Amino acid sequence: MKFQRLFAVVKKEFIHVSRDWRSLYLSLAIPVILIMLFGYALTLDLRKVPTVVWDQSQSLQSRELLNLFSGSPYFSIIGFHDNYRELQLALERGTAIVAIVIPSDFARKINAQKNVSIQVIGDGSDANTSRLAMGYASTVGMIYSASVTAKKMQLAGKTALAQPVEMVTRSWYNPDLRSQNVIIPGIIAIVMVVIAAMLTSVTIAREWETGTMEQLISTPLKGPELISGKVIPYFIIGMIDVAIAVAMGKWLFNVPIVGNAGLLFALAAIFLTGALFWGMTLSIILKSQVLANQIAIVSGYLPTLILSGFVFAIENMPLPIQCITYIVPARYFIAILRGIYLKGIGLEILWLDALLLSIYAGIMIVLANRKFKFKLE
Amino acid sequence: MLVKEFLQMLRDPRMRVVIFGMPVIQLVVMAFALTTDVTNIRTAVLDMDKTPFSRELVSDFMAGGYFEITRTLVSEREIPDLLDHADVRAVIHIPPGFENTIEGGSKAQVQVLTDGTDSNTTAIVQGYAGRIIQAYSNRKLSEQIERKGMKSFPLLVDTVERAWFNENQESRYYFVPSLIAVMLFIFSLLLTSIGIVKEKEIGTIEQVMVTPIRKIEFILGKTIPYMITGYITMTIMLCVAFIVFGIHVKGNLILFYALSGLYLFGNMGIALIISASAATQQQAMLTSFLILMPCVMLSGFMFPIRNMPELVQYATWLNPMRWYLEILRGIVMKGVGITVLWPAIAAQAALAVAFISLAWARFSKTLA
Repeated sequence: MKFQRLFAVVKKEFIHVSRDWRSLYLSLAIPVILIMLFGYALTLDLRKVPTVVWDQSQSLQSRELLNLFSGSPYFSIIGFHDNYRELQLALERGTAIVAIVIPSDFARKINAQKNVSIQVIGDGSDANTSRLAMGYASTVGMIYSASVTAKKMQLAGKTALAQPVEMVTRSWYNPDLRSQNVIIPGIIAIVMVVIAAMLTSVTIAREWETGTMEQLISTPLKGPELISGKVIPYFIIGMIDVAIAVAMGKWLFNVPIVGNAGLLFALAAIFLTGALFWGMTLSIILKSQVLANQIAIVSGYLPTLILSGFVFAIENMPLPIQCITYIVPARYFIAILRGIYLKGIGLEILWLDALLLSIYAGIMIVLANRKFKFKLE
Repeated sequence: MLVKEFLQMLRDPRMRVVIFGMPVIQLVVMAFALTTDVTNIRTAVLDMDKTPFSRELVSDFMAGGYFEITRTLVSEREIPDLLDHADVRAVIHIPPGFENTIEGGSKAQVQVLTDGTDSNTTAIVQGYAGRIIQAYSNRKLSEQIERKGMKSFPLLVDTVERAWFNENQESRYYFVPSLIAVMLFIFSLLLTSIGIVKEKEIGTIEQVMVTPIRKIEFILGKTIPYMITGYITMTIMLCVAFIVFGIHVKGNLILFYALSGLYLFGNMGIALIISASAATQQQAMLTSFLILMPCVMLSGFMFPIRNMPELVQYATWLNPMRWYLEILRGIVMKGVGITVLWPAIAAQAALAVAFISLAWARFSKTLA
């Protein structure tokens, strides 16, 4: 490989990139937008589940119970109704996800120390939220019954604590349980895959489609030189995007890197290389911009978003899907990102992930070069 | 014109696979992966009390079905390493003197440690643990009462849980319709905008321009094939959803198809606007993605809209996918109709009209 020719290709690509200022602008804007979205707007936290209530009892006791609900950060009572139809309408419209019905004999049964049931109805179409909400509702019910019992004991002259046993929670690496702390490190992976998918997947295909590939073939350029030359400008853009992401994470969202920043960038470079060459491979094999782009999104962006552990924990997935995640390179990168960002660990624990990423990058480079037929058809 | 478009679109056999095959494959894989169910939580137990009380608590955890006790620890020093390596997701730490504290009438504490790098799962884990510990606490309270010679009160408040619309409450059900909406959006937007720009880039558009074809014929000719393809893809996905996941449309199918048409129509408008402003396929692609991504993220598909800041929530009114998702979920999963969904339908229609009008204005028959 002659560096002179390689450099010529790099220069050519840079000129292309800078002439197409719209694409350049977009490739820098997309990470910023992604980070803003995830940082500010997107969270899976279960908070303030909208709840509607039918209090058939309207007694001191039922109001005490409802106070517990409204005092909980998990529930947000948005309306009181007096018939099933309106409760159903709220759930159908989606304005509420949980409905609570307190029976009319609630106070009487409590005073008579009898068992009483309240109905907690969840919108099963949002299974996750409603199941969690119902779990919390059950806990609230237990807290209430304990407090009633304790009060009775006090009245009877015997003391007892309402809560003999209490849970203390502690979150080791993310003490405030901010979802930003979890999401921001992962964004870097998404950003890189998007850039790689969007940009490199079209470069070679575009040359074929517009007919300029023939001109390139007639030059003394060699295959590997063309490929590497095309990758380099996008590599630079990608690393700039990483820097933007890290900076925004730190200054805008207060998520600093606890571990070794240099290690982070180095491993990011390896991941980026792999992603770029894979986009390149798609472009080479498919020779159609539309196709390459579609496949890039399907095999890159969506798996990275969904199967890498970024938002949905891999452990919760069914076993066959978990096996599939082993071939999603972003999975290892997310582990690395979270490890360095939040846990401050280094290669002594992450060496396997780093190794796998390097192998992935290596395979992609080899694949791209082997598949590229730098000849007239 | 229509014929030409169809021929062009489907000439490449690989395109046929992409258009019809990809959405299906993705639908199946993603639907299985997108689960927020949390089970089999690998847990370590550090029982520093080792009394009947503490052992009782530990067995409560094991019996719950959510926690899987994989490690038993002997000292606190083992904890950081365990969490560093992500060997367990939770650690239950029972301090020494647990039983004595409870017997003595004071409040005892149980520490539940999580690593926090997955804040959503952590919150869920804490929820489950809290429930188990609360039940244990209530039981101990009852025992204390009995020992003081009083009658033990049964669990006073009992929640009867019922789920409307989805009797067995698997979250798979929840995401499948949403995935259909997402796929439809991505494909209709991307394919259409790129398809239109492709001609611009390759240069064949000039040839089309010299034909006596009129603006409206051109626009319709370009967009109708994609709409039809969209319908076909949607139908295929619905069939797959039925066969693989057993999901059937609870509501009115005709209404569903009509409203989907409205949705696709609006998307065509967006695609036209994008393709009018892009000169190369790459630009069309990047712009489509730039629009597509926030729309998908902010549609309520994965992340609830009510968790978003208020300003953002209002901004989602402009997001066609947000309304379509509401309509889709309403018809497919809840079986409701126009009486319930009319706000969403109105918004969807307004947006579609707006997009098409904008597209009409921007799209001139001459080369921009």
